Amino acid sequence: MKNFRIHALALVTLVTFASCSDDDSATVPVNEEEVITTITATFNPAGGGTAVTLTSRDLDGDGPQAPVNTVSGSFAAGTAYTGAVTFLNELTTPAGNITEEVHEEGVDHQLFFQQSGLGTFTYNDLDANGRPIGLTFKYVAVATPASGNLTITLRHLPNKEGANVSNGVITNAGGGTDAEAVFAVTVQ
Amino acid sequence: MRIYFTLLLIMAGSWYTYAQSTLSGKVTTTQLQPLDGAHIHIDDLHAMTLPDGTYSLPGIPAGNHRVVISFIGYKSMDTLVDIYHNLTLNAVLKPTSTQLQEVVLTENVSAKSTTHEQKLKAETIDKYSNASLGDALKEIAGVSSLKTGSTIVKPVINGLHSSRVPVISNNVRLEDQQWGTEHAPNMDINSAGKVSVIKGASALQYGGDAVGGLVLIEPVTVLKDTLFGRTILTGDSNGRGGSVTSSLHKGAEKGWAWNAGGTFKYMGDRETPNYVLSNTGNREANFWGDVKYIGNDYDLTASYSFYNAKIGIAAATHIGNVTDLVNAINNREPAVIKPFTYTIGVPRQEVQHHVAKLNYNKKLDDNNSLALQYAFQLNKREEYDIRRGALANVPALDLTLATHSVNADWKQIKDNITIKAGVSGAMQHNNASPDTGVRPLIPTYNRYDAGIYGIYSYAFSNTLSTEAGIRYDFSHIDATKFYQITRWDDLGYNGIYDDIITENFGTQYLTNPRFTYHNVSASLGVRKDLGNNFSLLGNASLAMRNPNASELFSDGLHHSNATIELGNLGTKKEESVKASATLLKNGSTFSFEVTPYINHINNFIFLQPTGVEYTIRGTFPVYRYKQANALMAGLDLHADWNITNRFKYSFNGAYVYGQNTDSDLPLTDMPPVNMTNTIRYTKTEWHSFFTELRSEAVFTQTHYPNYNFTAQLPVDGEFVNTLVNISTPPAGYHLLHFTSGMQFKIGKSLASVNVSVNNIFNTTYRDYLNRQRLYTDEIGRNFQLQLKFNY
Repeated sequence: MKNFRIHALALVTLVTFASCSDDDSATVPVNEEEVITTITATFNPAGGGTAVTLTSRDLDGDGPQAPVNTVSGSFAAGTAYTGAVTFLNELTTPAGNITEEVHEEGVDHQLFFQQSGLGTFTYNDLDANGRPIGLTFKYVAVATPASGNLTITLRHLPNKEGANVSNGVITNAGGGTDAEAVFAVTVQ
Repeated sequence: MRIYFTLLLIMAGSWYTYAQSTLSGKVTTTQLQPLDGAHIHIDDLHAMTLPDGTYSLPGIPAGNHRVVISFIGYKSMDTLVDIYHNLTLNAVLKPTSTQLQEVVLTENVSAKSTTHEQKLKAETIDKYSNASLGDALKEIAGVSSLKTGSTIVKPVINGLHSSRVPVISNNVRLEDQQWGTEHAPNMDINSAGKVSVIKGASALQYGGDAVGGLVLIEPVTVLKDTLFGRTILTGDSNGRGGSVTSSLHKGAEKGWAWNAGGTFKYMGDRETPNYVLSNTGNREANFWGDVKYIGNDYDLTASYSFYNAKIGIAAATHIGNVTDLVNAINNREPAVIKPFTYTIGVPRQEVQHHVAKLNYNKKLDDNNSLALQYAFQLNKREEYDIRRGALANVPALDLTLATHSVNADWKQIKDNITIKAGVSGAMQHNNASPDTGVRPLIPTYNRYDAGIYGIYSYAFSNTLSTEAGIRYDFSHIDATKFYQITRWDDLGYNGIYDDIITENFGTQYLTNPRFTYHNVSASLGVRKDLGNNFSLLGNASLAMRNPNASELFSDGLHHSNATIELGNLGTKKEESVKASATLLKNGSTFSFEVTPYINHINNFIFLQPTGVEYTIRGTFPVYRYKQANALMAGLDLHADWNITNRFKYSFNGAYVYGQNTDSDLPLTDMPPVNMTNTIRYTKTEWHSFFTELRSEAVFTQTHYPNYNFTAQLPVDGEFVNTLVNISTPPAGYHLLHFTSGMQFKIGKSLASVNVSVNNIFNTTYRDYLNRQRLYTDEIGRNFQLQLKFNY
């Protein structure tokens, strides 16, 4: 029985100990540093004029709310644009700029622009291995008015050596999707 | 099949033709430890003791007989007994170094266990030295394995797993975050001396929540005054690595005894028949040891074990969103296959589990004994995922689970009554590190448990024993959890759980969910020895299981299967009523056991897909924990037939049916029909030579719920309705395995060499119970060389 008393004593000590230790943990929300909340694609007409901005924003991250997509205007038929994509994490203050990280790890990332009949996209940047990343690109709108969906996808660890992956074909890219937004756009 | 029925008939017929006496009893050591596998013979009649030390030798003609009871390492008992009616002969065997002790000859009977423990052979435990507990347990009929890749293996008993199958290691209930389907039991199989399975919840001394069953692991114990060592070296071609495990055991009748052992494991990428499974290597470095002092009527043990594993998860299984999921399913082969490497990158799990224990056993008098135990467990789990930048080296999941537990158990054996009673208490603290940069799936919580039980066994006669048990458990859980306000509203908590919100952080609520449970579990068992080595066991049990942390709180994205998993604060406890029967035959040429069962589960907790959610990563199916009434029924069959003294045939087969009786839909992830046929040839004269061919057949699961869904996925800029086939089970498969071995005496030590080939034909297959079955094939052919030394 003496043994039991020792155990009981040990237990009491440990209860006290454990109840002290949990006061300090998890009372502030986790700082979600990794989440992409906002994708912005800015298209500047090569000859000057009003830029077209596509934005997808999902402020609850993996939460139940769907992202909100906005398109600032239409593209002009036959016009050439220089484009850039930025990624932000607006859950942290100040907002985290994920574009930088994607650029730094260019060999592990690639953007894809999927559409049909809206014109042509070409990459305008290169990673350390001389393969495209897609943070900057060129877009030439189709010559006749059209409308359709433009899907912008950011892949992490794609197989950049895959067939036609460097030309922007996603089919053989593999890897994991970090961000994917679909915009309904028009060319006038 | 026909042979088996014919045999059954012959045997059924034969036990009526004789009307002779049965000798039964129990064989124990001087420390009153039961001796499992002791040999009892009278002329050409013989029997073996069961794990609880009991035996039964029927069919003895009336007269004076010479009875021999023997066990290696012990002095044989050789005595003359007059046998004219059923008789009990209890024997206490002394280690060979000392003299024979008295023989107790009584006409009293003591109650036999009514629960059927299915045990793994020592040879089987050794065979899986470089694998895991889950792999080894698969050799028991009715036990399957739920796998994540090839190294994370969880036991499934009669279709149930995880929190429904507690693992009791060295009398300590493992608290190693078993709620996760991708969390394997954190223990080294090499530290086990004995591994057994109890199907159902009838072993109430270990808990009242074993809805599926229990896995019991006991360390090696040496009872005689000796020092011996054991080393196993294993090399595998698939994974190009191996393991070494070594242990030393010092036994004693009295005074000091100790055990110590350790294992190192080093494996690289596994290979399927067609490609390398990148990032599937694993490492383990484990240690265990204990020191025991044995007094006249008591013993005191201090033990400690440490399990330390690093497990790579196939890179192909990291899925970004449903588009990736569809690609992974349809490609049938990982998008990126890298050359073989030993390097483990991400995703990976790093797990450490410590168990420290103090145990005191006291023999109060001839009939009563008391056991006291305190155990401390610390489980640390870090899961690394594919992440960007500096976060690549930060775990995405970082949980520390600390558990203190105390047990006091009292046992009384008096004449034909055995009483077991005890109390237990536990305190657990889970810490979910906030430094991961990911909202934790499982929150920080404290849990307090207390339990009390009593089990009463009564022997009506030498051949009829009954057992009844009851247990009460109290449990309180107190958690600290953040909810995104959008999720809080989505889960319908708004207005219902407002009282648990302790702080509003703008986009998130800090909450303090608390739950208290009062559970009652009970069991009833009967064992009838029918003579001629036949026994019939019947068990009924009521079990209650509280929802685990995952079922209550889970809230987030699982990258391994691209799902959002959501727990529910309204999850109620699960209640199971199980009835099973076992017919056993323990003959010298033919043995079998057949166990039909039926398990009705109220409020069965399961994950069900309930739609899709759109995020900036893309689309995800949402799985929510739901509850429904469920019915499970099945049959396990095992048979051994010594065809000649050289050839032996063994059969294992299992079938389970699982149905959600509310919605009348099948339950998901039920093991398909499976059977194993083994033929073994032994020639003892050739250095204990044996060779064995094993055929493993797994049928296609046809009874499954269709959770396939259609998602709108962008293809070339257009949304296309795409079928996401997540439910259809893979085709059945058939594998052949080969093992052969010999033993050599080198001086005083014994060396064994075993060679095996697994999946001889390098068959490409996928298994329904592998969580990675949607993405990758199972591993291909493996050559294994194993060297064992006993010294």
